[in-house]
Amino acid sequence: MEQKKKELLVLEDILGSNKRIAGEIKKKLEEHGILAVNLLSSPGSGKTSLLEKIGSKLKDNYQLGVIEGDIETERDAERIRKIGLPAWQITTHGACHLEAKMLAKIFDQIPADLDFLFIENVGNLVCPASFDLGEGLRFVLLSVPEGDDKPKKYPEAFITSQVLALTKCDLLPYLPFDTDRVIKEALEINPALKVFKTSAVSGEGLDELCAFLEAELKLRRHQNARAITGS
Amino acid sequence: MHELSLVADLFTIIEEQARQAGAKKVTKVSVSVGELSGVVPDLFRSAFQSYKKGTIADKSRLQLKMVKIKFKCRSCGREITARNIMDESFSYVCPACGSRDMELVAGRDLYLEKLEIET
Repeated sequence: MEQKKKELLVLEDILGSNKRIAGEIKKKLEEHGILAVNLLSSPGSGKTSLLEKIGSKLKDNYQLGVIEGDIETERDAERIRKIGLPAWQITTHGACHLEAKMLAKIFDQIPADLDFLFIENVGNLVCPASFDLGEGLRFVLLSVPEGDDKPKKYPEAFITSQVLALTKCDLLPYLPFDTDRVIKEALEINPALKVFKTSAVSGEGLDELCAFLEAELKLRRHQNARAITGS
Repeated sequence: MHELSLVADLFTIIEEQARQAGAKKVTKVSVSVGELSGVVPDLFRSAFQSYKKGTIADKSRLQLKMVKIKFKCRSCGREITARNIMDESFSYVCPACGSRDMELVAGRDLYLEKLEIET
């Protein structure tokens, strides 16, 4: 039998299915006026500690929820529940990042009256950057002990984020970490990045970060309302 | 390390395209990989080799085309190609007019470009 070879032009985005689902999540979040924040960083740079602190500050005036992404265990979700916030754990069983479809599976459990939904991604400064989760803001965290050479070594995480939170800044006097260099390098690859110097131990920068989040929530709701009324 | 999940999504597209075209076999898969897509070509290849077994693309070759990172200046329109994956000297400033208002126009995407099939 004769076999015919032919070429098929496809031009399809391999991340297309993730982007589609992320788009649906984004739409639902916007309808409910929820600001979702996706937190990216290496393991151990202080995502959960930062969330515990800003969660405690914001919870009196806002409805908060936290999605915890980890390879195994409910440990992070338990830490968040201890400060009185609802937390949903996604265990990826080996996968090094969260994907939109993992979020879609638990999305029905998220109350529609939240103000902020924090999504703590799997600790990894590389892979999570490629997967849009439908978030409104992306934070990249870099802790002082990790070193000041990271932005250009892991550019995708820094390019796709809107906020850089330097964490564990209480350790600055003890470590050779050049804050100016980090900020300069990060802004060279992403000039729009907002930078906060924080410490979950001393409390440095946390009020500023909370004020920023409150202002963003207000701004986005205002923009949404205008988009809906068409004015 | 997320290459395996990307390859799984790639095969969903391959199988759908092959079915629609009435293909008996897929013999070549051409993927374009942006240098800033977060994909490590070697890992993508090995994920592809293990995933293809028993699929319609069992005997296929994978061709990866790397796409350079490109920025465009919104002020003067000049396009700048980053030489390597974000070379050390790269700065987000337009070399022509000094503006910082630049947008990333290429290098983030991961596309299935074309398939070679047997019908």
